[in-house]
Formats: sequence, C-alpha cells, structure tokens
Amino acid sequence: MTMQQIYLAIPLLPLLAAIIIGLFGKMLPRAAAHLVTIAGVAVSCALSIYVLKDAMTSQPYNETVYSWLKSGNFSFEIGFLIDRLSAMMMVVVTFVSLMVHIYTIGYMAEDKGYARFFSYISLFTFSMLMLVMSNNFMQLFFGWEAVGLVSYLLIGFWYTRPTAIYANLKAFLVNRVGDFGFLLGIGLVLYHFGSLDYAAVFSVAPQMADTKINLIGNASWSLMTVTCILLFIGAMGKSAQVPLHVWLPDSMEGPTPISALIHAATMVTAGIFMVARMSPLFELSSTALSFVLIIGSITALFMGFLGIIQNDIKRVVAYSTLSQLGYMTVALGASAYSVAIFHLMTHAFFKALLFLGAGSVIMGMHHDQDIRNMGNLKKYMPITWLTSLVGSLALIGTPFLSGFYSKDSIIEAAKFSTITGSGFAYFAVLAGVFVTAFYSFRMYFLVFHGKEKWREHKADHHNHNLHKDAHTQDDSHDDAHNDDHAHHHGLSPTDNPHEPGWVVKLPLILLAIPSLVIGYFAIEPMLYGDFFKGVIYVNNEAHPAMHALTHHWHTIFHSAVGMAMHGLMTLPFLLAFSGVALAWFFYMKRPDIPAMIQKRFALINTILENKYGFDSLYYRMFAEGSRFIGNKLWLIGDVKIIDGALVNGTANLIGKLSGIVRKLQSGLIYHYAFAMIIGIFFMLSFYTLKF
Amino acid sequence: MVEYFTQHLLSFAIWLPILAGILVLFTANDSKPNATRWVALIGSLVSFAVTVPLYTHFNFADGGFQFQEGFQWILTFNINYHLGADGIAVPLILLTSFTTVIVVIAAWEVIEKRVAQYMASFLIMSGLMIGVFSALDAILYYVFWEAMLIPMFLVIGIWGGPNRVYATVKFFLYTLLGSLLMLVAFIYLYHQTGSFEIVDYYKFPMPLNVQTLIFLAFFAAFAVKIPMWPVHTWLPDAHVEAPTGGSVVLAAIALKLGGYSFLRFAMPIAPDAAHHLSGFMISLSLIAIVYIALVALVQKDMKKLIAYSSISHMGFVTLGFFIFNNLGLEGAMVQMVSHGFISAAMFLCVGVLYDRVHSRQIEAYGGVANTMPVFAAFAVLFAMANSGLPGTSGFVGEFMVILGAIQVNFWYAFLASFTLIFGAAYTLWMVKRVFYGEVANQHVATLKDLNKREFLILATLAILVLALGVYPQPLTDMTNATVTQLLSQLSQSKLPAGL
Repeated sequence: MTMQQIYLAIPLLPLLAAIIIGLFGKMLPRAAAHLVTIAGVAVSCALSIYVLKDAMTSQPYNETVYSWLKSGNFSFEIGFLIDRLSAMMMVVVTFVSLMVHIYTIGYMAEDKGYARFFSYISLFTFSMLMLVMSNNFMQLFFGWEAVGLVSYLLIGFWYTRPTAIYANLKAFLVNRVGDFGFLLGIGLVLYHFGSLDYAAVFSVAPQMADTKINLIGNASWSLMTVTCILLFIGAMGKSAQVPLHVWLPDSMEGPTPISALIHAATMVTAGIFMVARMSPLFELSSTALSFVLIIGSITALFMGFLGIIQNDIKRVVAYSTLSQLGYMTVALGASAYSVAIFHLMTHAFFKALLFLGAGSVIMGMHHDQDIRNMGNLKKYMPITWLTSLVGSLALIGTPFLSGFYSKDSIIEAAKFSTITGSGFAYFAVLAGVFVTAFYSFRMYFLVFHGKEKWREHKADHHNHNLHKDAHTQDDSHDDAHNDDHAHHHGLSPTDNPHEPGWVVKLPLILLAIPSLVIGYFAIEPMLYGDFFKGVIYVNNEAHPAMHALTHHWHTIFHSAVGMAMHGLMTLPFLLAFSGVALAWFFYMKRPDIPAMIQKRFALINTILENKYGFDSLYYRMFAEGSRFIGNKLWLIGDVKIIDGALVNGTANLIGKLSGIVRKLQSGLIYHYAFAMIIGIFFMLSFYTLKF
Repeated sequence: MVEYFTQHLLSFAIWLPILAGILVLFTANDSKPNATRWVALIGSLVSFAVTVPLYTHFNFADGGFQFQEGFQWILTFNINYHLGADGIAVPLILLTSFTTVIVVIAAWEVIEKRVAQYMASFLIMSGLMIGVFSALDAILYYVFWEAMLIPMFLVIGIWGGPNRVYATVKFFLYTLLGSLLMLVAFIYLYHQTGSFEIVDYYKFPMPLNVQTLIFLAFFAAFAVKIPMWPVHTWLPDAHVEAPTGGSVVLAAIALKLGGYSFLRFAMPIAPDAAHHLSGFMISLSLIAIVYIALVALVQKDMKKLIAYSSISHMGFVTLGFFIFNNLGLEGAMVQMVSHGFISAAMFLCVGVLYDRVHSRQIEAYGGVANTMPVFAAFAVLFAMANSGLPGTSGFVGEFMVILGAIQVNFWYAFLASFTLIFGAAYTLWMVKRVFYGEVANQHVATLKDLNKREFLILATLAILVLALGVYPQPLTDMTNATVTQLLSQLSQSKLPAGL
C-alpha cells in the first residue's frame, strides 16, 4: 500500500462500516454491528499510528484527492494534509473512538438502537478524520458540519425523550450560530487570498498583515483581525466557549459513550485544533488573540464554578469539559498553540476516561445519575474507582500525571503572555485550578467514598430538577413528564452495585494508562522539541510566551521530572491540593457546611443554578423573539398588507372592472383564456395601428 | 433515423411527453387504472431517456446554444420554431424530464380519480416546460410559458384541496399581470428589431431608460414565478391546495422557469438596467432569505412551511444572479437544481404522511419515527439537505452564493448567511415536532412504514442529493462555459454610443 492509499483508507474504513451497518444493520445479526464497526475503527487506528510514526521522519504530505468544484478562477478540492499535527489528531481520534466502540458493547447492550448507535459513531469517526486531515478550509467546514450532524443525531439518540430532542435541536442551532461566523471568515479568506488551500493562504498571509477593509462606512478594520475573529466564532460554537457554550451541558442527554467521544475528547476540541492549524493567520492579529484569550479565560473560570453545584454525574464532567476547553483556548490566545494541542491530547484521554468511568457508575447504579444517591462505590466497582481516581488526579494537575504537564504549561503561558487580557487570563486559570480540584473531588468523594446513600432515602432519587429548564422551555413540555428518563430505574436500597464486564473495564484501563504517563513522555518533544516545527507558527517577538516557556524549560526544569519536582512547590499545586482538601472536608467530614453555605449565599447559589441566566435569556431573545417576529411578518406583512391590501385589493378592483366579462365565464381555464385573449388583442391592435 | 433523432433532440424532448400524454388520455378508464399508469410510466421513462443525450452529447467547452434546430413558423410576423439549449438550459431540461418520472411513480396508487387526465397533465406539462427551457424565439417561448399553466391549473383545480378556487384565482391574478407586461416587452422589441429571435435582442442597443422599462416588464413576469418577495404570496396557497405531484412540479421546476428566464431574457437583453437595478434585486433577494425564513418558522402547515422555505431558498438564486460573478451565477444554477431535488423530496415526504393521516398540520403528528423509522431516516436526510448541510446538494449552492456575495459586499453575505441558522431552525424544528417524541396519537400509532414504491422514489432522490453534494463538479462543468460567456456579455454595455 502506498501512503496515499493508507491516508484514504483511514477515514473510508469507518465510513464503509457506518454505511454497511446503517443500511443493513437490521438484517444482520446483532453482533455484526459491533464487529464490523470495530474492525473498521481498529484498522483505521492501527494505520493512524503507522502514519504518525511515518510523519515523525518524513515531510508533510499535501495532496488533492479529487476536485470538488470549479467555478471561474476558484477551485475547491478535497485533499489531505498529513503532518504531525494531523497525524497526532488522527491517532487520538481513532484511539478514543476505538475505546468507545468497545465500551459501547457493554453500555448499549440492551438498547434497541444498538446497530444505529454503532453506525453513528463510526460515521462520526469518519467525519472527524476528514476534519483533521483536511488541507483546505472547505473540507474543514465539511467535516465541521458533519460532526455537528452526528452530534445532533446522537444527542437525540433516544428520540422519544423530550429533553433529548430539545437538547439536540439546541446544540445544532447554537453550533450554526458559530458556523455563521466561520463561513463568513472562510468567505473573507477566499476573497482576499484567492484560495481556500491552507498552504496557499498561509504563504500569502504575511503580506496581508496590514491590509485594511471597510465594513461600516469608512472605518477601516484590519483584515486579519476580522477574519480571525470570524473564524474563532466558529470555534466558539464547536468548542463551546462562552457565550456559545449553552449547548454542551444539555448534550449530556445523549448516551454516555458519545459524551466521552464527541462531547469531551474529540469533536468539541475541533475548534482548538482549527485555531492551532490557523496559527499563521492568528499570529498576525494580536487583537484577535486577545479576544481568544479573554473568551477562553471567562470560559475556564466561570464554567468551572458551575461544576461545583451540579448533582448529575455527567453534568459535573460536562462543566469540567467546558472549563478545560477554556484552558485550551487560553493557551491559543497566549500563542502557545502547541501547549493547547498538548492539553487537547492529554484531556482527550483523561476526560474520555472520566466520562466512561461515569458511565460505568451509571450502569452500576442502574441509570441513576444523581451523585447524592451514590457513595462508597469503591467497594463494589474497584476498576472504575481506580481509573476514575487516575482521571480525576490527572484532571486537577497532579505532578507527574499527564494533566499536570499540559495544564501547568498553560498557566505558565498565560503568565508569560503580554497581550491585552493576559493578566486576567493568568488569574482565571490559576483560580480555575482550585475550582477544578474542588468540583472534581467533590464528585469523587461523593461517588466513591462515604456512606452508601442509595440505601437511605428513596423519595427523590429521580431528581426532576436536573432538567427543569429544558422542560419548561420546551414546547412539548406537557408530555415531558410522561417519560422522565425511562432508563432511570435507580438502584433499590437492598441491591449492591456491580461493575460491568470487561468490555467496559478494558477501555477504562487502556485510557488510564495514557492519562498517567503521556504527559511525561510527550512534553519535551511536543512543546520544546521540533514536533510542531513547520506546522505551528509563532511570532516570538510580538507574542513571547512560548519563547519564555522554552527558556524556562531549558534553564530551570531541564526535564519532565524536573518540571514535576518543581511543580510540587508552586502555587498551582498548592491550590489544587487545597481544593481537594476542602472537598474532602466539606463532603466527607462536615456535610453540613456546604448546606449552610448554600443557604447563607442563596443569591450566588441561584445565579449558579440558573447558569448565569444564559439559557433563559437566549430562549426569550432568540427562540421566542424570532417566532414573535416571524408571526408578525407573516400575519401583518404577508396576510394583511400583501394579500389583504394589495392582492385581494387588486382582485376586488379587477373583479369590479371585469364584472361583465366574469359573469360570462365560469371555471378556471377561462380566467386563463382571458389572459391570452387580452394578449392577442394587444398584439393585433398594435400591428393594426402600425401597418 | 439515428441522425434525424440526434438532430432533433430538443423537439423529441418536448413533443414526446406531450404525445405520450395524449396517448394516456386515450386509455382513460378509472375502473382499469393500471394500464393507464403503465402507459404513463413508460411514456415518462422514454421522455426522460431522450433527454439523456443532451448530457452525453453536450460540448462542455461551448458556452453558446447547442442542439439547435428550427424552421419558419409564422412568416408574417417572422416567428420561428427555433430551439437550442446551453449550459444553463440543459440541466433544467434534465431536471424536468426526471421529475416527471418521479411524479408519475408517486401518483401510482394515490390518484384514483381521473387517473389518465392526471398523468396526461403532468406529461404534457413536462413537454411544455422543456419547451420554455429550449425556445429561442420569443413568441415560441411565450406560447410554451403560457400553455404550461393550463395543465397546472387543471391539476390544482381538479385534484386540489378544498380552497383550490381561491388559490388558483390568486395564482391567475399574479400571472396575468406579469405575463402581459412581458408580452408588451416582446412586442416592443419586435417593433424595434423586426425579429422575435432572442439572440437578436442580445445585440440590440438601447438607452438606459428603455432598458429599465424592458427589465421591469420581464421582472414582473419572472419575479412572480420565482417567486420573489413581495409577489410570493400565491405560492404557499397554491402548494397547500395542490396535490403532491402538483407541489413537486411547482417547486422543482415551475419556480425555475422564472430563474432561468432572468438569465435568458431580462439580464442579457437589458444588461445595463440589470446592473443599474442590482441593488434593488439584491435587496429583494435578501429580504426573501431572511424575512421569509422567519415566516417559515411559524407555519403550522407542513406544506406552507416548505413553500416558504422554497421562497427563501430561491432568494439565493436571485442573489447569485445579481452579484455578477461566477461563484454567484453558478451557485444560483446549482441551487436551482438542488432545490429541485430537495423540495421535491420534502413535498413527497409530506405526501407520504398525508396519504396515511390526511392532515398536513404539524400538530397532527409527533413521534412518527417510532412507527416509520425508515421514512424518518429519509426525512431527516432531506431536512438536513434543506438546512444546507455540507455533503448534501443543499450546501453547494448556498456556499457558492455566499462566497460570491462576500466579494461584492460583506453585508450581503452576512445577511444571506442567516439561512444557516434560520434554515436549520424551521426545518429541524418541524422534524422534531413531527418525527421525534413519543407516539402522539392513534393515527401515528397505526402508521405503516414506506412501501416499495415510496422507498424507491425517496431513495433515488436521496442518492441524487448526496451525489450532488459530494461531487458537484459535473454540474458546474456544464454551466461553466455558458456562465462565463453570459458574464462577459453582461459586462458589455448596450447603451447606444453617445448616451
């Protein structure tokens, strides 16, 4: 096989599997669904690893597969750019996807949509691969929307649940708001650079750095700033940055395996990947980078706060994902693109692990997701417990674990950044460390330690409040209560939770390993070696953070061990440690204190419970607002003015004028014949007069 | 014989379905409808087959009229039977003959009353519409243009819904005004040039005020047909009353007659006026895209919703025309063909539900995916195509027009891009209410999934929607030379010297 054939096979195998199972899944035996799709993804993963190895030594591959469309001077192509960035993303995507495929055998075992689910996740893998392997903006947009489609289908996988079909519509539309900006950004790129090919655009970009465009009146704007901000708006949608973050927590309505794959490890990081890919453009606009930095900081800190008050195990992890995406965005804003990608990778492993662990807990608890009903699960689910502990420790940045290396580097990058907003960013990511440690271990202690609370009260364990807003905002809220999660049976007080089988445990273990060690091994080559040489471009004079980081590494840390040892004595570690300690004290030792705080600071609690009011504001402004305007335009514009006054007015007028003629006629063809008669009459009279 | 055929491809394409339609009328017998159906199907298939050589024999490098044929028709007025097709006509001719096959199959068991007349109407209409797309003589064109409406009136009037009289009267009023003004324009041009040849009009210089009047006369006729805001209100009513086949032809082809005619008449005959009025045309297009999308959002009737969605999507066609660049014009062409597939599919989907439950109201449904999973899969695919998802044909045209528009003015593209949000909102919200959720009522609970015939037509359309989305180049290869030639023609002023 030539390399080109391998590149083609990597996305096409999952696609083929998805098509086979999607079309014929119902005719084939149940096992075929996972056998075919896993085979596809496994081969694709193995080939991706081979491609990554190859990319370490060879030049980037940049070729067209086929010409999609030609129009005038512009041509749009489907093609691959395989360099280390895309090769690394391919490995992450296919590996996590493979783990999720295996895990799904256990998680969805009893679902009647078994084959459909496998078909969707394979289709997702294909779309995501097309996105990361693209060598041009158009195909990027293709993959971008395609992953959005699969996300829509999977959030609404249980399509009879009102909350799920509300969430998937919301996710799609909010993402479309981001895509709105993204598409305009692509349009500006095509217009000003004459091409959508990355290589062509990036090579011209430096000459365009000072180009100005007029958007409103004569005020001139920097082309690069406008373009980059528009492109970044796309990233804000997909990577759930404030204020376009509202869809991600609701996306937890989807089955847990896809929360791990799509809404934690891969799809939501597409925006981060995209900005890193576009580093030659973003580097030309400090304004755009400041925008990126500030949005990222807000997301990192304020979404973390919301994780503290969640009681649904998946929603805690979801807010944690939002916050971590904010961290990556901060790294991008600080021009530490390689750090962002590094965190993207480590996060993909430990967050997928945390989600799959949460899924295992949910299975053990018989689909009760409320952490207040759990406790002491370490006794019944040892593998889930240990792997979740690894995931949580990695997430909060425990030295030597993967998350430590990536997150500490982000904090350092924010510290060394000099652009507008970097002060706030540094504060936000530092404070975020404490918040992250607190909510992560609040969940960890409540789930795995303490009393076995499902044995106590059974009164309110369905917790209807979790989906309160979705219900009240949904049009179909009347039947919302008919089906409040048919799967939420909950564990009866006398039952013991059981750990699911090896198809669930194996992915947990396989994800725990990189969560432990990948940071240790990867930091030096990825951040300070030449892994991203020629792929990521940084203007060190204008944006010195990465340069300072490298200097720091070579003068102080020297190695990954050095960095971890040094990390034990720094502020982030102290913050993380106090977060864990406080969580332990509050939830293990003195559970009365958080309850008291909740009462004492009711206002803050309300703000957090309403998620800062974004959801209700958007609902009123956009959903109800556009329906209101639509109704007005329709009933006043169309019905009253155009039809009422103009059309029917004219009709009445004509009716009066042609009253005599009309009386002679009945039926519809006559009306028409009338038109022709008039036509001929005009024509004849015209020529009689002329000749 | 073969030679005769290849030299008269367009005549065959026009007259074969018309003859087939007349033949079908002779089989009229509602107690034995199957014979009629088979004759109609074979007629439509043969009619489609004779249009295929228009693609296979097409010279992609030639932007001018191909497959020309003709003879003198009415000597006194120098009216000729002159046919020819270029890169913008051929795709629409193929779309017409293809859609007719779909309509015939879609009507199979659904139409039980006056089967022969129904089938004949569509076959004859197909020939007449191909006539519109291939006529190169203004009067010949006008005859086809007007004649095509007769079977459409019949289809709505005989097989239509309860409020069909209002709908047809409204349709009639709009059309009357437009067509008359167009005829006046033709007569004026004949008076000036002594010819009804369209190509002669292209060369005829005119001062701007005359061009403007000519352009507005054409505009009156074509804007109604497309339809553009604010002369669009006949379309939702016509769709609601029309039987499924009528809606399919109306949306898939009849609307394109207006779009095509802008490219064939209004713009090249009055290029200076077209430039002069481009701001006006673009404004109307953008209003259609944004305003109509919001109106679509609040519709309660599925057919009305799709009708408004059509108007909004046709806004991209006119926007693409009047930004005067390759991306815009070719994008508009792609959008027309794509909309032909998607709107046909969407109306057929409504037909599938209507045949079973006899309601078009969104609120009459809910949870259809539970009882009709295969159908739901198709519906979601077409809904996604209607929302312009990449990989489906719905994306291509909008993408090209938006990229073309941004080159003219950022804010045109900005407003047009709202379709990304609104288009998805109204389509997917409908999908949510109709297909998702628990089974809403007894009617939905007893629904049967697609039969083989329905599966066949929806699958065919699905393949086309995907194929055009994944690989649109064959289509743009066809239009490219013609569009480039048209653009250069439009860039040359036709103002007489010294003005």
